[in-house]
Amino acid sequence: MKLNQVCFRSLEFDDPASLKTYEEKVGGYKVWRKILKEKPSPEDLIEELKKSVLRGRGGAGFPTGLKWSFMPRHLDGPKYVVCNSDESEPGTFKDRDIMRYNPHQMIEGMAIASYILGATTGYNYTRGEYWEPFQACEKAVAEARAAGLLGSNILGSGVDFELHNMIGAGAYICGEETALLESLEGKKGFPRFKPPFPANFGLYGRPTIINNTESFASVPVILEKGADWFLNVGTERSGGTKIFSVSGHVNKPGNYEVPMGTPFKDLLELAGGMLDGRKLKAVIPGGSSVPVVPADIMMETNMDYESIGKAGSMLGAGSVIVMDETTDMVKILARISEFYDEESCGQCTPCREGTGWLSRTVHKVLHGQGTPADLDLLQDVSNNMMGRTICALADAAAMPVLSFIKHFRSEFDALVKK
Amino acid sequence: MSDAYLLSDELKKEIDHWVAKFPIDRKLSAVIPAMNMVQDLEQHVSEPMMDAIADYLGVPRIAVYEVGTFYTMYDLKPRGKHRIDVCTNVSCMLRGSDEIMGHLKNRLGVDVGETSKDDMFALRSVECLGSCGTAPMMQIGKDYHENLTPKKVDEILDKLKGEA
Repeated sequence: MKLNQVCFRSLEFDDPASLKTYEEKVGGYKVWRKILKEKPSPEDLIEELKKSVLRGRGGAGFPTGLKWSFMPRHLDGPKYVVCNSDESEPGTFKDRDIMRYNPHQMIEGMAIASYILGATTGYNYTRGEYWEPFQACEKAVAEARAAGLLGSNILGSGVDFELHNMIGAGAYICGEETALLESLEGKKGFPRFKPPFPANFGLYGRPTIINNTESFASVPVILEKGADWFLNVGTERSGGTKIFSVSGHVNKPGNYEVPMGTPFKDLLELAGGMLDGRKLKAVIPGGSSVPVVPADIMMETNMDYESIGKAGSMLGAGSVIVMDETTDMVKILARISEFYDEESCGQCTPCREGTGWLSRTVHKVLHGQGTPADLDLLQDVSNNMMGRTICALADAAAMPVLSFIKHFRSEFDALVKK
Repeated sequence: MSDAYLLSDELKKEIDHWVAKFPIDRKLSAVIPAMNMVQDLEQHVSEPMMDAIADYLGVPRIAVYEVGTFYTMYDLKPRGKHRIDVCTNVSCMLRGSDEIMGHLKNRLGVDVGETSKDDMFALRSVECLGSCGTAPMMQIGKDYHENLTPKKVDEILDKLKGEA
């Protein structure tokens, strides 16, 4: 299996984050230079992206080409390109490595997006804790600017694009794109009601395209090698490669960029297999917000949107949390529920109150104070949270609860007083 | 009356650098970076400093308080020299963050949320910091410390004490 074909293609070289490596070793900024010279039609570029079936890598999996086609390109006035590097989904650590080891590819992707969308300003928003990746991006932007690849009248083309890095201050919710835009405006991260979507009403109320770091970093490779190449690397409905962040009970946790559709068992083998040779119990395949999948189903599943969907879960951000036979599933769920209680922004009542109920009730069960009625309550509260809030955090809090109880009911039953 | 005089010239210059990244009428966007810099310098952001930032940027003070109370990286009260943020979320938990936290509590003689008697270390449990491949981990200041063992934790703390 070929690794690191797209976002991590600079990784095999010395000093992978430098402009020199990116340009000389992996052929970076070739697409950007060609666009500046030949000025292709933005519609054609969007068509190419659509054909590649690049789906949003931040978690939602929305087709990037389609998203970009919604942008009112011809509208006068400022338009923005925003990169969502707020990576905060528990189990996810891929964008951190893109920024540390291949930041120029993200920058090139954003620059290409700015051309396609007619935007002249971009912001890359990294989470507050990511000081090191932020610094790597600052260095890369300075390098690109010094080389004349960003700024005004870039390489004499008449095209302008200024890119700024921005840093947050600690809030999971800012990974939700409209909360991120609020944060970029200097406010607390309250998600906005949609529609209108950011394509029409984004940063400062202006048309804005906002995508994940890995999505932007995929764009230069798609346009260089062609949509067909990208599509063929992956599966029919999940194009390209995906970085899977594998953590938990494996011998070699880490990021693995593999073709979409790679069998989970191969990914597990890449990650060094199960820690201490213990048996696999369950996997959370897409970050803590997605349903947990028991071992027997997971071992038969491929890592792409459709296959993981069929297994009853979601690919999310590709954050694969591996749990072995010694894992206490009630304890894991208690920690997950505590997370959503802590991170709910408090704007919508079902989420603000529901996440607290879930966390308190799971902890009550964990500590042997629960009753069978509490398990019903957990399911009832979860069902009443889903789909009733402005953003998806409530669903993200409810889905783990429902799936943990569904698949590991006996562990919960054993703890509740009859 | 403006309290902007509380900000040093150097800090004002840094804030100006951030203001320049945003449209001229969108100075509020610079609040988070400005708050981050004060937090770094003083290990907390006091109310007078929030007022100073607001006055310097020409934005309502309440807007700055909203930011200060919403984001988790701000301490609104002094809390010791170094803040130790231990990730205790699932991936770290599976790799032994309980042991790391237990060790820190013992060594510092504090519970989560408290500061050691010598005012050197404040201990916090935090949510996923995106370092799950090198779990367990903790953040002190801007630095990530990864693949932790109790021994490694001791070495890191000894080094920080030595610098004092």
